[in-house]
Amino acid sequence: MTQKFTQQVTFYTEDHEWVTVHGDLATVGITRYAADQLGDVVFVETPEVGKTVKKGDEMAVVESVKAASDVYAPMSGEVIDANGALADAPEKVNEHPETEGWFCVIKFSDGAETEGLMDKDAYYEYCKGLA
Amino acid sequence: MADQATHDLRQTPLHGLHVSLGARMVPFAGYDMPVQFEGVKPEHLWTREHAGLFDVSHMGPCFLTLKEGPSGSEDAHKAIAALIEEVVPSNIAGLKPGQARLTTLLNDDGGILDDLIITRLPDEKQNGRLYIVVNGAVKAQDWALFEKQFKGRAVLQPADHRVLMALQGPEAVEVFKDEFPGCEALGFMKAMLAAWEGAECMVSRCGYTGEDGFEILIPADAGQTLAAKLLKDDRVKPIGLGARDSLRLEAGLCLYGHDMDATRTPVEADLQWVIQKSRRERADFPGAAKILDQLANGPAEKRVGIRPLERAPAREGTEIQVNGETVGIVTSGGFGPTVDAPVAMGYIRADLAEPGTQIELMVRGKARMAEVAALPFIEHNYKR
Repeated sequence: MTQKFTQQVTFYTEDHEWVTVHGDLATVGITRYAADQLGDVVFVETPEVGKTVKKGDEMAVVESVKAASDVYAPMSGEVIDANGALADAPEKVNEHPETEGWFCVIKFSDGAETEGLMDKDAYYEYCKGLA
Repeated sequence: MADQATHDLRQTPLHGLHVSLGARMVPFAGYDMPVQFEGVKPEHLWTREHAGLFDVSHMGPCFLTLKEGPSGSEDAHKAIAALIEEVVPSNIAGLKPGQARLTTLLNDDGGILDDLIITRLPDEKQNGRLYIVVNGAVKAQDWALFEKQFKGRAVLQPADHRVLMALQGPEAVEVFKDEFPGCEALGFMKAMLAAWEGAECMVSRCGYTGEDGFEILIPADAGQTLAAKLLKDDRVKPIGLGARDSLRLEAGLCLYGHDMDATRTPVEADLQWVIQKSRRERADFPGAAKILDQLANGPAEKRVGIRPLERAPAREGTEIQVNGETVGIVTSGGFGPTVDAPVAMGYIRADLAEPGTQIELMVRGKARMAEVAALPFIEHNYKR
């Protein structure tokens, strides 16, 4: 079934991605917690527009001075947009990870995939448990 | 989250200081070590502009002394030098008091077992004793090799219960000379003995960042007090292993186990300068036949600098290709905060080792443009 989200809702994954769904579109990025853990981001490899991804697939790569980290698709669907601005300004991921530092937009195929994701309060508790 | 149980890890005498400063700690070379304090990039840039303090007490400082003990005679230095020259290809006999030299510990095939710095003690009454610093990750095997090789002839005293720390950066000398008067007169790769609040120290003008600076071996208690005092200076910040790695990579300096190992000779590693002329002529070091042949005819592969021409960093293990053919491998790679671009080192077929040669790096299945580059990526700022 395709669940439509008539209002914008943001979910969080255990891999520290945020997913803002509205209608059948999901905008994806990494959280402030993840950005702070990574340190200075120097390169982001966003997925190609038109690519089909399955939930859990390696979808993007974020490179900090220290290391490369995979970003996983939080939902299945087609990538319909990617944040081209990150190519020249990867530091946006550190500065505004949950707004300007977005990675891509997925046109998702199954809204029910949000069911295992956390809301803001649950994610906050989850991060507290990691400290 | 650490893979290795933290209770199995050793702690340096400065461990409590790192934790109190909020460092992120990771297992490294068997120790629980700070990987970063403020962040890799700001720590890196701070060291290039001011002074960064590095805890390197996980490394392997030691003293090697003739069995009969030190003496004031030049012959005693010649005798201990002759022993260590059995396993390294550098001219140690020719060191002046207080002079240090980088060298490589070799196996019988000329492969590099470790890189190390050997210092002739500054005090001539201590002729017959060498100060040696080996890498932390391999110190147990290096020391076992020394014990076996020099059995009955020399005595090895590990000194890794002390604090070994480095102060690096253009402001290091201004900070350090208040604690160690006279250190400002030392040249690069020169050492002096000093007393700090009564504690005996060895102060060397060397480092692993490409910057001017010092390394100091000091007893644990005094080292803790000194580190805390240095960090109160506005010019000094604590620096973790992350920035240590990006600083040495920009400076073109090798990391043992990555940019060189037992399968690489000093010639392949582009460290042929550690083999002085007198040793080449005598051809009396392990693997001499192979190494001298490589010096005469060139090695098949060589360590080079690599500049990715796109923004994507190429990490260790990345394949190097030319026209679809694999011609080498990246052994260290990341982002250079001072260069403000990705930088790497690796081994490549010797005919492609010329700076400017166009190559491709296979990053996650995609070919990325790059070129062979001269090392270092930044100008060394040593006190000559």
